[in-house]
Amino acid sequence: MYETTFHKASSADDAASKLGAAEEGKLLAGGQTLIPTMKARFASPSDLISLKDASISGICRDGDSVVIGAMTTHAEVASSVDVPAYLAALAGGIGDPAVRHRGTIGGSIANNDPAADYPSACLALGATIRTNQREIAAADYFEGMFETALEEDEVIISVVFPDADKAAYAKFPNPASRYAMVGVFVAQSGGETRVAVTGAGEDGVFRHEGLEAALADSFTENSAASVAVSADGLLSDIHGSSEYRAALITAMAKRAVAAA
Amino acid sequence: MTDGIGARVKRKEDKRYTTGSGKYTDDVRNENQAYAAFVRSPHAHANVTGIDASAAEGMPGVVAVLNGAELTGDGIGNIICGWAITSKDDTPMNMGAWSALATEKVRYVGDAVAVVIADSMEEARNAAEAVEVSYDELPAVVDTATAMDAGAAQVHENAPNNLIFDWELGDEAATDAGIAAASHVTKIDLTNNRLSPNPMEPRSAVATFDPAEEHYTLYTTSQNPHVARLVLSAFYQVAPEHKLRVIAPDVGGGFGSKIYIYPEEIVCLWASMKTKRSVKWTSTRSEAFLTDAHGRDHVTHAEMGFDADGKITAFKIDTIANLGAYMSLFSSAVPTYLYATLLAGQYHMPAIHCNVKTVYTNTTPVDAYRGAGRPEACYLIERVMEKAAREMGMDPAELRRKNFILEFPYQTPVIMNYDCGDFPGHLDKAQAAADVAGFAARKAEAASRGKLRGLGYSTYIEACGIAPSQAVGSLGAGVGLWESAEVRVNPVGTIEVLTGSHSHGQGHETSFAQVVADRFDLPVENIQIVHGDTDKVQFGMGTYGSRSGPVGLSAIFKACDKVELKVKQIAAHLLDASADDVFCEGGEVKVKGTNKSLGWHEIGLAAYTAHNLPEDMEPGLKEGAFYDPVNFSFPAGCHICEVEIDPETGVVEIVKFTAADDFGTLINPLIVEGQVHGGIGQGVGQAMLEQVIYGDDGQLLTGSYMDYTMPRADNLPSFDVEHNSVPSPSNPLGVKGCGEAGAIGSPPAIMNAITDAIGTENLEMPATPSNVWQAIQANQIKHAAE
Ligand SMILES: Cc1cc2nc3c(=O)[nH]c(=O)nc-3n(C[C@H](O)[C@H](O)[C@H](O)COP(=O)(O)OP(=O)(O)OC[C@H]3O[C@@H](n4cnc5c(N)ncnc54)[C@H](O)[C@@H]3O)c2cc1C
Repeated sequence: MYETTFHKASSADDAASKLGAAEEGKLLAGGQTLIPTMKARFASPSDLISLKDASISGICRDGDSVVIGAMTTHAEVASSVDVPAYLAALAGGIGDPAVRHRGTIGGSIANNDPAADYPSACLALGATIRTNQREIAAADYFEGMFETALEEDEVIISVVFPDADKAAYAKFPNPASRYAMVGVFVAQSGGETRVAVTGAGEDGVFRHEGLEAALADSFTENSAASVAVSADGLLSDIHGSSEYRAALITAMAKRAVAAA
Repeated sequence: MTDGIGARVKRKEDKRYTTGSGKYTDDVRNENQAYAAFVRSPHAHANVTGIDASAAEGMPGVVAVLNGAELTGDGIGNIICGWAITSKDDTPMNMGAWSALATEKVRYVGDAVAVVIADSMEEARNAAEAVEVSYDELPAVVDTATAMDAGAAQVHENAPNNLIFDWELGDEAATDAGIAAASHVTKIDLTNNRLSPNPMEPRSAVATFDPAEEHYTLYTTSQNPHVARLVLSAFYQVAPEHKLRVIAPDVGGGFGSKIYIYPEEIVCLWASMKTKRSVKWTSTRSEAFLTDAHGRDHVTHAEMGFDADGKITAFKIDTIANLGAYMSLFSSAVPTYLYATLLAGQYHMPAIHCNVKTVYTNTTPVDAYRGAGRPEACYLIERVMEKAAREMGMDPAELRRKNFILEFPYQTPVIMNYDCGDFPGHLDKAQAAADVAGFAARKAEAASRGKLRGLGYSTYIEACGIAPSQAVGSLGAGVGLWESAEVRVNPVGTIEVLTGSHSHGQGHETSFAQVVADRFDLPVENIQIVHGDTDKVQFGMGTYGSRSGPVGLSAIFKACDKVELKVKQIAAHLLDASADDVFCEGGEVKVKGTNKSLGWHEIGLAAYTAHNLPEDMEPGLKEGAFYDPVNFSFPAGCHICEVEIDPETGVVEIVKFTAADDFGTLINPLIVEGQVHGGIGQGVGQAMLEQVIYGDDGQLLTGSYMDYTMPRADNLPSFDVEHNSVPSPSNPLGVKGCGEAGAIGSPPAIMNAITDAIGTENLEMPATPSNVWQAIQANQIKHAAE
């Protein structure tokens, strides 16, 4: 690891100003992505600004929504009674216990790994990302692999998930990393059906219109199975071809529908 | 006697392993400690046109930046392969030069070109990044099957077409005749996937040069510290043996990868002399993926002939084995004498011919990995047998049964002479435990849930306890493969056993102690096993090829014979009895048919006070022995795997795994079963999860656990391990070795189960969900087209 200067931020605004003052600063949340990257010497931030004491952690209900603070760990989400079961189950399926007790929702969606689980929930549930500057609809937030709408000094404060009438996530883990090789999140709320796919797309998480149309019509496994999922635009790598990923999208969509 | 041979004694060493109090090489911290960081090639193949260390030399904490020209200039020799193989045209193997620091050319990603020595590890790494190496990139050759093709990049000048040797074993004419006369010939093309060894503890070395004594001390992660010293001294000219002490303290797993001498140990020793500092290097996991010797990597075409009755007529094998960029220490022996000699399996085969070509490629060197050659042989034979049974419409178990060798000793057509075995017995036992009879019903039930269920066999044999020194010498080995031991009884009666075997997870400190406890009827706590230090143990050939039981323990057994003789003579003298009537029981030495006895400790005391010993007897109670085996030992058994597959995703679940093994005498069944569990775990890894993958440009694509799939607990079933022991007649304890059998026997059983379930043979390891799904798809398309 290269040398770096460590800071503690007392609030999101404090973090933003420390970030602005740093030469090449980075926010540090759970460190489950950033620290291994630094240890491998792939990243060399001049300053690390820890969000641990920034008071942006915790879960609360807000009417028909659940608001999850950016620094809330996956383990906290997985075990919270305020979080709907479909979302808690997703959080409980991330990584391993050590990762779940450090890794945070804010870190996950700031990083926007194309194989991460949360982005699919954000898109399918129509979440809103609250930052120290503004509110961003999930639909406008994810901009491709590791790319988001966040500005340089923008700090995620929380993520707001409206409750769905019916929803579930089905994940097919990559055999090596156990990230999502394909993850499909299906949700129905107020007559709208959304299907978000993570792990498979060349440009990161995306909504699948064909599946959405079929499931809006009939929310059944057969209906999901009837959709011909194209391999175009899907990842092809040493872990599986785009055709295989397309088949997994169908399989996971069926499972998610069955579980919803 | 509760702790003796056959007792399930809990491992003595586990307290320190599981409480974090083991002492590993990286735990060594010397005064004046400096750290080494290697500058490694980012290219698979390139000419080195310049090394500019000026920026690095000026960086904080940097002690020295050293390169290959200085290393060779100081007379440090090239790294060699210690087993000379002769091609079938009688020419010697084409071994290319391997300098610990590359001088003119780099040949794989990770090849070391320079080293930085600095006050701290971070300073060393920072400076290593600042060393500017100029490369002229060359095209790379990576693929095993096409490495000899015209136009392929040439790795070493003295190995035209990248061919290292073209070797054969067996009678080709008789084999061709047997195939020609067969009423059925089964043909198969198989790849044995390349594996990364992944011991939990990465490699590490701490070298300290004492200028006043001109003496070196090397702590290192070695499975065989004496062999390391021998090679470092005799071949690499680092220091004469009496000026070099090698210590392999606690070592966290090896699986073969810590047999060899790597560039890093050599460089640390040399750099310690150059800088007058103690020099430490510990591999990062990324470096381990790049530089720890890989395993397997064969491409094979084979044909087996059968007569009308299903009896094998001949077996013909053509294999290309990839040895990577350089020839590692035992690399040549693995795809030859540890592979082709096992190709008879458990079957009577009138004729066998095996041709092996080994090739250089721009990849990490390949050498022995858990099983070393025998897994490759077993996988081939057992997939052929299963395929043949399916083609001939026979029950795969019955086809095997029909061909089993039943009488011993049995001379195979490929050197090995099997001393004993009970092959039908293993099969019977495994079939009963696996409830093969109930399989059809289970398959139907699975089908009702949309799942594909399959069952696969593997009846394996392997060879352990390498090996009679004269025999291996005649086959090209550069060393003898005996083992040594010393048994020291202290004046208070406790015992230290010094062994040339090295324990790095195998539990020797317990099982070896049990053998001595058994002999003298003493508590196992009173016996300490000492190993891993060339200053303590006089010599040893180390631990690999499951040789520590058959060879290492036999040396201890022999030394115990000598101690026992002296104990009896002393007791007979003191008790006025005949030595023939003296025996050990319950911590005492007694005289048969009398009530005369002495406490065991009184014998030790008598030996060391020497106040009253038999005339002409030397004082003391310490005996040494060297044991040279008379034959290999032949562990064998039957594995049966049952799988259930989700055709939608290709996910394979092992629903039942049964092993019926013959390891001869079991010293400690608990440890034996642990070894079997671990071995099958790695077998599952090879069959379903693991594969080293390079891009066409020679870049390693599986360089971390994000991409290289290790077996994890949830990949493994609960194993049913049965024993069907036939003691080996070839060593005094009747042991056979159990360290590798699990990794040898399991992959074909798993693959045979999967191919049974999906109805096609067209599947290579690893059977990942993606590969299984592809095979199912291809099979459906094929059937639709028919
Ligand atoms: C072994 C392992 C397995 C994993 N498996 C999975 C898996 O199966 N599925 C999955 O989805 N993920 C997985 N992860 C990722 C993990 O769950 C975390 O979500 C992820 O590492 C990021 O969260 P973090 O809190 O650790 O962020 P950090 O690593 O601390 O930060 C990541 C990035 O986000 C930025 N950042 C952090 N917080 C904020 C914020 N509030 N505002 C703006 N930017 C911010 C940081 O500056 C940094 O660039 C795994 C990780 C590991 C190590």
